[in-house]
Amino acid sequence: MSDQVTLKIDGISVSVKRGTTVLDAAKTINIRIPTLCHHEDLCVAGNCRVCVVEQTGTDRLIPACAMPAADGMEIHSNSLKVRNARKQIVELLVSEHRAECTTCYKNGNCELQALSHEYIIGENGYINLIPLKEYTIDYYSPSIIKDDSKCIRCQRCVRTCDELQGVGALTVSHKGSEMKISTFMDKPIYQVVCTNCGQCVNRCPTGALVERHYIDEVWAAIYNEKKFVVVQTAPAVRVALAEALGHEPGEIVTGKMVAALRRLGFDAVLDTDFTADLTIIEEGHELLQRLKRALKDKDPDVKLPMTTSCSPGWVKFLEHIFPEFMENLSTAKSPQQMFGALAKTFYASKIGVEPASMVSVSIMPCTAKKYEANRPEMYASGYQDVDYVLTTRELALMIKQAGIDFNSLADDDYDSIMGESSGAGVIFGATGGVMEAALRTVYEVVTGREVPFDGLNITPVRGVEGVREASILINKTLPEWSFLEGVELKTCVAHGLNNARNVMKAVRDGSASYHFIEIMACPGGCLGGGGQPIPTSSDIRKRRSSAIYQEDSQKVIRKSHENPEIVQIYKEFLIEPLGHTSHKLLHTKYTARERY
Amino acid sequence: MTRIQYSVTDMANKHGRSREALLPILQDIYQAKHVISDEDMVNVARELDISAAHVYGTATFYSFLETQQSGKYIIRLCKTITCMMHGKNPVLQELERILKIKPGQTTPDGLFTLKETNCLGQCHKGPAMLVNDNPHTQLTPESVREIIDSYRREALSY
Repeated sequence: MSDQVTLKIDGISVSVKRGTTVLDAAKTINIRIPTLCHHEDLCVAGNCRVCVVEQTGTDRLIPACAMPAADGMEIHSNSLKVRNARKQIVELLVSEHRAECTTCYKNGNCELQALSHEYIIGENGYINLIPLKEYTIDYYSPSIIKDDSKCIRCQRCVRTCDELQGVGALTVSHKGSEMKISTFMDKPIYQVVCTNCGQCVNRCPTGALVERHYIDEVWAAIYNEKKFVVVQTAPAVRVALAEALGHEPGEIVTGKMVAALRRLGFDAVLDTDFTADLTIIEEGHELLQRLKRALKDKDPDVKLPMTTSCSPGWVKFLEHIFPEFMENLSTAKSPQQMFGALAKTFYASKIGVEPASMVSVSIMPCTAKKYEANRPEMYASGYQDVDYVLTTRELALMIKQAGIDFNSLADDDYDSIMGESSGAGVIFGATGGVMEAALRTVYEVVTGREVPFDGLNITPVRGVEGVREASILINKTLPEWSFLEGVELKTCVAHGLNNARNVMKAVRDGSASYHFIEIMACPGGCLGGGGQPIPTSSDIRKRRSSAIYQEDSQKVIRKSHENPEIVQIYKEFLIEPLGHTSHKLLHTKYTARERY
Repeated sequence: MTRIQYSVTDMANKHGRSREALLPILQDIYQAKHVISDEDMVNVARELDISAAHVYGTATFYSFLETQQSGKYIIRLCKTITCMMHGKNPVLQELERILKIKPGQTTPDGLFTLKETNCLGQCHKGPAMLVNDNPHTQLTPESVREIIDSYRREALSY
């Protein structure tokens, strides 16, 4: 049997690999078949039927997303029968959808709205069932709003939560006309296992799942003359913001972004990359301390492997599913929260501003960061350390609201102090980045030499595979680290919580042993975060990733410990890694949570 | 009333821990308690290493599983068209009148839960209803009064 099958779509002959769906075969010859429940990151579902096509010799219409292409097929993607069926399907979906588009947050960015337009759904469709339905809107989470009245039950969110994240916070409950997307016992999202990662928000075709936005609160702070508003920008925002403003994926717009933030009226534009570097110093020393306790002091209570703690989705996932590993999480706060704690202490006193009158805003590729900023532990400065978290999408909307022509902006630089960063801070935005950044510093602390990789590029930890392992042999150590002589430092990198779950299971049953594990909740790391521009796909994530490594390679300083502002802040304020001030401001603790 | 002792772990030992074991385990719990509680669902999820939400999703899908505490007797009156044409509505009204509850509710004494259900396969003898596992057919407002009374007497005799 040949590997290839040949079929005809709209009269055009096409050969594809056996097993390819009709939908994907059509894509190869640039025929777009509309979809709603289909998503390239997820398994085939065939729920919405919008992709139906006609096959010569078959009466029934077939779903292109679920039908494998076969030899000799004659497919019509745009026949009258197909058009009529699709129009009716969209009309039926709209009849159960609270189509109040002008007041919807997803207005202009909604796949159902686009299809309604394409198929000219008039007012004479099916009767509007929304007034007859009971639905709930869950506004209670600081991260995500779930509005069942806008849900078309395509189940992309359920598949995302299950397949990519292995969380299963969302499910399909009840049946027939009462069927809906639910959490456990229909509890509000903030009460269940949901990690707030926002991957469902990234994939929802309508406004049923959206981020909770804080745009109005941030404008109010900017216009309040009594407030000094500082803003920080996460590493992955600069390589994706342009997409939300109409550019191709993978464009680096750091300078324009800084200029735009200044135009919006922020009083200081600073960089989360700075505290990413700081995270490396603290977390790297924590790893070395744990290794010392384990290998030199033979302390039986020391917990290894140590896992990273930058990803708030991962942290909450572990608190729910693997509470027995809570002490394995690095106590170092995420860069966002380190920044928040320092902004209202060190930075405030440096520039002579009362912390009470400072408003701290962060721009994140992430919806879980909104939740993280609201965690009760995050008041190290005596105030809420980070007041408002905006996603990349919200920042793009603010730039549009302000009437700024983004393209015409001249590049601008971050303010100082807390604006300088190394390449190591930049790569936090990609999976494997924290590991690479940590190794660049830790190896040098222990041996006094640079990591033995060409151009400091630790390529074994880079890539797109869900789980990657790498080990690095430590030799010729400096005298005080002699207990690490000949030790093979075993590391593991995982992204997507389903992969994280598998890694932690392997650690639990002893089938894998590591010293240090980096886990990012989202596919691709932060660059594929739940707050990034929609849509997302593996190709888009790859392009953002190349942009991040390009930004790293262009940096003069590539290692966190060589960032001059990091050197300065230890000299003036923190004194030493893991010191008293660090413990007060930069480290945190965790809480075991329910399994649902 | 004797309560049957059970543990979710025992049931998982009996039915296995694959995804296919979920439904038989839920059926066993329901048999034992007439309800599948939040706690039970979380325990099942832990035993099978699946999400608690999915256990809830399965439990709510099936008409013969309940996640809310139901009465000792669950009345399921057929709502489909044949029974309707045979006079289901007056029967329902009579049930509502004597039990003083609406469909979906449970009597305050915990004896009866009233529900409407899809076809019971008794179309030739409609209107039909199930009380727990017992079918009752060719119902009239008079006959349901007697049927309800007989269950009340049965409950008292325990």
